[in-house]
Amino acid sequence: MMAARLLLRRAAPALRQVRGYAEAVTSATQMSFTFASPTEVFFKAASVKQVDVPTMTGAFGILPAHVPTLQVLRPGVVTVFSEDGSSSKYFVSSGSITVNADSSVQLLAEEAVPLESLDLAVRDTNKSYGFISILDISVSLFQPRCSPNYSLLISNKPTKSYQWVF
Amino acid sequence: MNMLARAGAAVFLPSCGQVRSMATLKDITIRLKSVKNIQKITKSMKMVAAAKYSRAERALKPARVYGTGALSLYEKADIKAPEDKNKHLIIGVSSDRGLCGAIHSSVAKTMKNEIAKLTGAGKEVMVVNVGDKLRGLLYRTHGKHILINCKEVGRKPPTFTDASIIATELLDSGYEFDQGSVIYNRFRSVISYRTDEKPLFSMETVANSENMGVYDDIDADVLRNYQEFTLVNIIYYSLKESTTSEQSARMTAMDSASKNASEMIDKLTLTFNRTRQAVITKELIEIISGAAAL
Repeated sequence: MMAARLLLRRAAPALRQVRGYAEAVTSATQMSFTFASPTEVFFKAASVKQVDVPTMTGAFGILPAHVPTLQVLRPGVVTVFSEDGSSSKYFVSSGSITVNADSSVQLLAEEAVPLESLDLAVRDTNKSYGFISILDISVSLFQPRCSPNYSLLISNKPTKSYQWVF
Repeated sequence: MNMLARAGAAVFLPSCGQVRSMATLKDITIRLKSVKNIQKITKSMKMVAAAKYSRAERALKPARVYGTGALSLYEKADIKAPEDKNKHLIIGVSSDRGLCGAIHSSVAKTMKNEIAKLTGAGKEVMVVNVGDKLRGLLYRTHGKHILINCKEVGRKPPTFTDASIIATELLDSGYEFDQGSVIYNRFRSVISYRTDEKPLFSMETVANSENMGVYDDIDADVLRNYQEFTLVNIIYYSLKESTTSEQSARMTAMDSASKNASEMIDKLTLTFNRTRQAVITKELIEIISGAAAL
């Protein structure tokens, strides 16, 4: 009896169906994950284990059968844990995330780059810089003419300093 | 003698019975030269359009995934605006440049039909024109519905920044629309495109929609940001599809223009040769008959 109540309470918001004692969660074992920026697609309806996103209301970990929600992203790192256990990280500037009732997740980022292509240590006057402005939630990343890596300059004024832990 | 013969041919014959305006060699030469020039121009335009088309099609692939992702909320949550809402918005997406077949006219036709339907039902409609050609087609008959006109569209491939500029202007204009649609040309293949319509909803419509209760933890601020971002995404997607359709349509239009020009050149060359031979024969006859008269 208690077990049944617990099952129903946990499942009711996500699945509008009456569940018996031993019914498996058939419709939501797979997460259909789409992660794209206007110029590049990283994941398209892929099946992944977990996605960690930084949103304006806090950082989320999204697993299959997550409760449906709409959120707006804040500049930060998105981590995608795929089925085989490996994880990949991306830096996103802003965007939105939608989790639907059928466990499909759309993560649309305005600018997104894999973390490997960011080169923190480089500050060269010849290259163009990208900058993060915390007030203006968008990141402009200009591609330097000489190398394919993005250069990132983080402002360290005390009120606006931001520590990235990669 | 020759001059007289030529002058006789150029004199205007009164229209009694058959009038055959005999084109002189000079006329045909001029005409042939101009058609050859036109053929060169249309051929080069076709190659330029082909290059731009392949670039646009490559950029369309990720943009399509992005755009369908942005629209999926509306489809999955099955959001419909209530019938009694009065303020509508139509965004027509096209470009500034012509010579691309029926791209602009098909979007304008759909927009006019929509406006007529909505005003017939008593709703208030405002229109955003992305592309100068649409403004030209609409301002005379539907001038009072036009809210924003966008120029300089189509010269360079559209970027997310362009879409966000359009969306910012729209949101700053102060027109509080309840629902709307974006009318654009969806790219199907190199030879075909289709004028399509995608819905837009305002924040209140989405918030009050019945299926939105499923989505938890949404406050008004988050929803407003989300809606604005979705608006930009939809505009970006329609811009990308539109440019690809436009370049492919321009390619086919210029291709058929070049083909028509080559046909004309062939026909004119034949006429030229025939006329040349006729002139030579006439001169010979005159010489021979003149000599015989002596």
